[in-house]
Parts: sequence; structure tokens; C-alpha cells
Amino acid sequence: MTNLLDLTLAEARDALAALEISAVELADAYIEAVEAARPLNCYITETPEHAREAARAADRRLKAGEGRALEGIPLGIKDLFCTEDVLTTAGSHILDGFKPPYESTVTRNLWDAGALMLGKLNMDEFAMGSANLTSHYGPVKNPWKRTGDAKDLVPGGSSGGSAAAVAARACLAATGTDTGGSIRQPAAFSGIVGLKPSYGRCSRWGIVAFASSLDQAGPMTRTVRDAAIMLGAMAGFDPKDSTSVDRPVPTYEAALEHGVKGLKVGVPKEYRVDGMPAAIERLWEQGIAWMKDAGAEIVEVSLPHTKYALPAYYIVAPAEASSNLARYDGVRYGLRVEGDSLNEMYEATRGEGFGEEVKRRVLIGTYVLSAGYYDAYYLKAQKVRTRIAEDFRAAYEQCDVLLTPATPSAAFGIDEEPTDPVQMYLNDVFTVPANLAGLPGISVPAGLDEQGLPLGLQILGRAFDEETVLRAGYALEQAAAFTAKPQLQFG
Amino acid sequence: MALDKQTVAKVAHLARIKVPESRLESLAGELDGIVTWVEQLGEVDVEGVAPMTSAVETSLRWREDAVTDGGYPEKVTANAPDAQMHFFTTPKVVE
Repeated sequence: MTNLLDLTLAEARDALAALEISAVELADAYIEAVEAARPLNCYITETPEHAREAARAADRRLKAGEGRALEGIPLGIKDLFCTEDVLTTAGSHILDGFKPPYESTVTRNLWDAGALMLGKLNMDEFAMGSANLTSHYGPVKNPWKRTGDAKDLVPGGSSGGSAAAVAARACLAATGTDTGGSIRQPAAFSGIVGLKPSYGRCSRWGIVAFASSLDQAGPMTRTVRDAAIMLGAMAGFDPKDSTSVDRPVPTYEAALEHGVKGLKVGVPKEYRVDGMPAAIERLWEQGIAWMKDAGAEIVEVSLPHTKYALPAYYIVAPAEASSNLARYDGVRYGLRVEGDSLNEMYEATRGEGFGEEVKRRVLIGTYVLSAGYYDAYYLKAQKVRTRIAEDFRAAYEQCDVLLTPATPSAAFGIDEEPTDPVQMYLNDVFTVPANLAGLPGISVPAGLDEQGLPLGLQILGRAFDEETVLRAGYALEQAAAFTAKPQLQFG
Repeated sequence: MALDKQTVAKVAHLARIKVPESRLESLAGELDGIVTWVEQLGEVDVEGVAPMTSAVETSLRWREDAVTDGGYPEKVTANAPDAQMHFFTTPKVVE
């Protein structure tokens, strides 16, 4: 009997359907791994009872031959998704004790497809961070370490708990959310696959809002095939989200078989940034060669406004966040710190409930939206955002997908946090443009750097063309044959 | 410095976030660093460019103006730090 934790989501699904394994034994194996992985601090809340109960129900369906797309698959859920009657914190002190009386649409879709919940995963506070260092519940440790160095590294962020848990096998797959790279960057740092769908593909209803015009949920998995399967279950129209798009959900898994012969792969020259490590430069060249070998045609393209994506993002996202986070007032849910007047209560609650990075962003957002500054900052950033979207539109007249590095560096040490906030923001230089333009992207583990740490390559596609993104990602995965394992892995 | 201590105190009040006096100076430095960095957007020519307000080209759907949800005040107030008789409470706002 093979180790249950070795199975990919696709393999587990097939073994469950064939009754070779039971959902209960799979759930038990993962519940044990969740416990063993506690030193990594991946989970804020563990829900083994939820998983066991759902596994028993899954076994009944499987035995009756009525298994659904994810029947019996044990998942970790980023703690940004509201889960009915289960503590949901967004990694923040200000949501202390919050148990939503409703279920987010994406998690509802997953449970309706037969998946089970192992627990709620740690994350940067309100998804603001690129290293999982801003969580009220403490940093998450990356299961990967540099060769011959015991130092604890960050898993990336904001979906750091999700990335570390998938890499360490403390869940079979996880949900993440991506506002500026929060799925793809931690996936790259942790040697797993992370897919950010097109804006509007997955419902945002019931996901704690950070920047509403940028936030998008997606799967974090071990393989591209697993991402295709999981996206199929997460995606779909939802009348409760006014930005959810009403178009059919394709069978993403079927797209993988089509190969990339004749596909035009764009290589944007502006993604060659100063000071990029040689290992990343080499991996990118290698990726281009792999795509060529697989029959794709390489086209050099230009995205001239790339360098302005991050600064535009750091106006738009904080502006939206300052508005979204106005709801945390100590009145309706979460933390309340008493004060003599209503204003004092608000100020004391928010002063104590929000962490430093969240405060910085809310203050920046408030500043750029305040009288006299709105046009100079916010309106300007929205116009630059149009320019960035136009760049992509022009590029996609010459190519079908873009191939870029996923991150400008490999994972860094928990104690190597840059003191300048802007330095931390630069982690998302390759991922942010797709959020601004609303486009889908995938990060695929493609190699190791000279210190033995995983690096990812990114494929970006046209809006609602996740199928081609997955096809190209699958081709990369096949060529890279990435089999390296983190130092800490369970099972 | 565009963002000085006084501006930060004002913005913090607008955002209803208590910032201790001792933290204003360092916070002003951090925020000013971010604002100075984003000001490079000034280099981009946006003459005649429309602002992008949505990531997806769609018009909002219409729906019937009807009550579709509700009727469970106990659930709505279940998470409130100090709910009383299905009401939220605040410090006194009327003298």
C-alpha cells in the first residue's frame, strides 16, 4: 500500500472513486499530518471533527457510486474565507472570536463538490503581506530550508499557511486568495502550484474583503492537474457577487491534454529587472527553451508600463482597503476596546485591533482618498491601471500567453525581514500587473536555486482563458519534472 | 517631507485609528517613504486616458427591488461584543 499522503489530488480522487482507499482513512492520515505539522504554524484553527464527519458522508456516497468532483478530498482553507460557525480571523486580532453565521460561496462550492475541511490556514493580516510575517497568529515557517542551513524561512504571503501546508503535506490542496500575488508568490516560495483565476471567475462573496477590484480566490496544489480540478469546483457564477461573471465553467482538466504545439508564448522584456538573481534569469531562459521544445513559438513582447504597476497598486489597494476595513468598528463583531465616546471606542478598537502593516495601508489609503489628494493619487493610479491593461491587450495580439519568473527572489529568512516596507512590496513585482488587469496567472515550481530553494515560473493569460494558462503551465511542469522535496514533509 | 507628523495625526483621526504620540514621527517617515515611491507615477503620460474602475468589463445586473434575506436578528447580532435584545450597542452618542 502506498503512503496516502503521496497521492496527488487527481490520484486520490481516482483511488477514492475506485474504492481502493476510503475517505475516512485519507482524512485520518491528513489529520495526523496536521498535528505533526504544528511547529510550522500553518493552521490557525484545526477542524478534525468537520473533516471526519464529512469523510464518513463521502464514503457513503462513494460506495453508492455517487461521488462528486472532490468527494473525500481533504482541504485546508485560508482563514480569509468565512466558514459557518467556524472561527474566521483573516489573521487579525480585530476579528477575535468571529464565527460567521454564513458560508462563503467558494467554500460552499467546495463542500458541495464533496471536499472536507481540515482547518483554517494562517495568513498575513487581511492578506496584506508577502511573507506571512504580519499575522496576529505569528509567522508561518516554510518547510523548505537552504541546504546545510537550519534557519527558518518565510513561506511567502499572504497565503503563507496555505503554501506551507500544501508543501509539507498538511493538506492535499488549499484555497488561497490573490490581490497582488498572494497565491502565486507563496506558491513559488514553497515549491507548489498556485493559480489566480481571472477577476470575476470565482465569487468573492463571503471572503473577507481587502481590495475589492483586485481580490480573487484560487487553488494552491501540488500539480497543475490538481489546480485544474480544484478550480473547476471553486469557479462559477454567483448572483451574490455583483462582479461575478456569468459564463460556463469549462472542464479545465480536459484542456491539459491539448499541448502547446503552435502556441505563441510572449516573453516580456520589461520583466528583466535589475538585480535579479542569476538563478532566476537562468530558470527563465530554461523555461523559454522548454516551451520551444514542446512546440511553442516564442515571441518577444513589450509591456512598457510594467514598472508602474507596483506603485499604482500601492495606491489602489490601500484606497480600497481603507474603505473595506472601515467596517471593523468594535460594534458588530470582533474586538472592542472601550472608550468614553463613540469615536474613542472606534479609535481604541482599531488602534489595538490592527497590526502595523494594516495600519500603514489604511492610513495610506485614507490619505490618497482625502480631499485635495484624490486626483493626484487615486485618479492618477486608476489611469495608470488603464495603461497597464492596455499593455496586456496589445501583447495578446502577438501571443497567447506570457512566460515570466514568478518572483524576483527565492524565500528569505524569517529574521531577514526588510525594515523598509517598500522593499517588502517589491516581492510582488511580477505578480501585481495581472491583478491590476484582472488576468489569470499560474505559478509552477520549475527548479532550485544554488541554495536548494524552489523557484517558480509564471504563465499569464487572457481574461477567462484559464484553459490555455493551465495547458502552458502543464507543459512547463512536464518539462521541469520538479521532484525536489522540502526538508520538512509529512508522510 | 510631504507627510509630516501633523498630517499623520490628522489622517489617523480620519481613519479612526489611535496612534500614540510617540509613534507619529516614525510612522510619518514610513508613510512618507511609500508616498514618495508611488509619486513616480507622475512620469506616466495619462493624457486622455480613462480611469479603470473595474477589472472586468461588465454592466451591473438588475434585480427585483425586493427583500430576499433576513428575519434572523439573533444570527446578525451573534458576534457583537455587546449585543442586547438583538440590538448593537455603542457608547452614549446623545447627551
